[in-house]
Amino acid sequence: MSSTSAPQAHPRGIFHKAGSLRAERRWALWSAYISLVVAAVIMLAPPVYMLLTSIKTSAEIADLSGNPWWVRAPTLENYLALINNPMFRGFFWNSVKVTVAVVSISMVISVLAAFALGRMRFWGSQVLATGVFLTYLVPDTLLFIPLYQIVGGLGLLDNAWGLVLVYPTLTVPFCTWIMIGYFASIPKELDEAALIDGANWLQMLTRIFIPVALPGIIAATIFAFTVSWAAFVYPTAFITSPSEMPMTIGVVSQLIRGDTFAWGQLMAGALLAALPPVIVYAFLMDYYIAGLTAGATKG
Amino acid sequence: MADGTVMIQGAPGSVANSSFRRFARRRSTIAFLMTLPLILVIGGLVAWPAGYAIYLSMLNRRMTQFIGLTNFEILLESDSFRMVIFQSVFFAVTAVILKALIGFWLAHMLHHLPTKGQRKWRGMLLVPWVIPPALSTLGWWWMFDPSYSSINWLLAIFAVPSVPWLGEPWWARISVIIVNVWYGAPFFMIMYLAALKSVPEQLYEAAAIDGATSSQRLRYVTLPMMRNIISITVLFSLIVTFANYDIVRVLTNGGPRDLTHVFASYAFQVGILAGNIPRGAAVSLFMFPILGVIAFFVLRGINRRNREEA
Repeated sequence: MSSTSAPQAHPRGIFHKAGSLRAERRWALWSAYISLVVAAVIMLAPPVYMLLTSIKTSAEIADLSGNPWWVRAPTLENYLALINNPMFRGFFWNSVKVTVAVVSISMVISVLAAFALGRMRFWGSQVLATGVFLTYLVPDTLLFIPLYQIVGGLGLLDNAWGLVLVYPTLTVPFCTWIMIGYFASIPKELDEAALIDGANWLQMLTRIFIPVALPGIIAATIFAFTVSWAAFVYPTAFITSPSEMPMTIGVVSQLIRGDTFAWGQLMAGALLAALPPVIVYAFLMDYYIAGLTAGATKG
Repeated sequence: MADGTVMIQGAPGSVANSSFRRFARRRSTIAFLMTLPLILVIGGLVAWPAGYAIYLSMLNRRMTQFIGLTNFEILLESDSFRMVIFQSVFFAVTAVILKALIGFWLAHMLHHLPTKGQRKWRGMLLVPWVIPPALSTLGWWWMFDPSYSSINWLLAIFAVPSVPWLGEPWWARISVIIVNVWYGAPFFMIMYLAALKSVPEQLYEAAAIDGATSSQRLRYVTLPMMRNIISITVLFSLIVTFANYDIVRVLTNGGPRDLTHVFASYAFQVGILAGNIPRGAAVSLFMFPILGVIAFFVLRGINRRNREEA
């Protein structure tokens, strides 16, 4: 920050005309920092306040006299209570089970399909690629009622495996779409070289396309992971018994009971449930953002 | 395009022709087999349910009798459903406009920063998008709580009277919009930032030489170059916001007095909670024409962008 403002200061006296441009630049930089600080405070206030509430005791939360944005006696009892609660651990394992299954299923389906649609053009492949994108635009709230009937007909209502069946509708279209984009950016010479060396299609996919498009695969995997971890409509509609609930719906429906809410525990639960996507984001931010923007810049 | 590759590879002679044809047939068979799981997912879990929803919506409550369009008629005649239509449109349009403006502003501000500092700010500002919305909305719900509201506590410092965030219909509508804008604006910011970075620097230099002011540069260089991405992002977000469910469910659950229901939450209440599945299907089908129109424009924007890049 200081390195950028320092060189702007001294040439002002020599170049009178350039001075206005410099002043404009500096003004732009200042207004940028001010708006970003304001924006960052607003964007981070809710999660920070959730964190503050989660380390308060119930007595401190109920006490209206103090500053709610400050913690006087920090405690981990809310977190400990949740971690020692077998129901909450059950939510976690259900989420892990469903997410791992859905991510692997979606990645296999979408990598195979993207390779076929992007490289092995065949009759109708263009129409199908457009269809994939259209499917991505169909929201889950349009489909949950017929899917409720269908999943019910299969006897998978109130069962975490029913979620594994329906979550691919959320993940597969977008993953396929961004994988088509990544595969399309691989030069044709590479597959020609592989064909000349006598590779078959499957070898071409596993030896060339998957390694070369690995950033795309990571981005798509992150997308599939965050979507299936955060899914809310389907589990709310299909799951009613706590033993089958994944984290999102478990926290929202089971930790809220009666009129006196255990706010500290509720916030601790929400933060714990939000932790896996946040950790993935913290370590793989560039892939995360690549996946986010790929839909519009590649497609 | 398929014809083009066949021509080139088939050119060497007719001797290789029959074996090549077998190869091509094999290739398309393999390709079809590789796409089959995708076709099954799209056909079985999207296309079929969509058609099934239309059939379901024409049944009576106990799903024993075909009653045509009666469900749609009943819905259109009821005041509470008209309120749902109004609220959905109001919510989606207001929230998307705010998200687009705030996102554009933030992207622009980020773009001014030296590249090294951008990463850190971008990382912080994207946090709302990363937390699953159902969970961050819980935090907002707690911040809006009538007796413990921490926002009202902050407002009280500036001597602003406390606001009945979720208790009064218009405030509840505004609260839902606030949370949605908070959650969605970072997405716009990231999309616009990527687009801003793709505008060639020479254009700005040329504009500066021609004596363009910063607002003219924005008006005649940045906006035309970003037009496509802006429209794609806005339309896409319109679909997602229109179909939003989690925020309304957690924050207000449709209240007070069912005045903040949007299509999705009302469909859930009617279809799953009240057990009238055909009418719930009819409610969610009302989204279909609107989404169809938007999807058409998204697709047109993307095709146009592909042609520009080609």
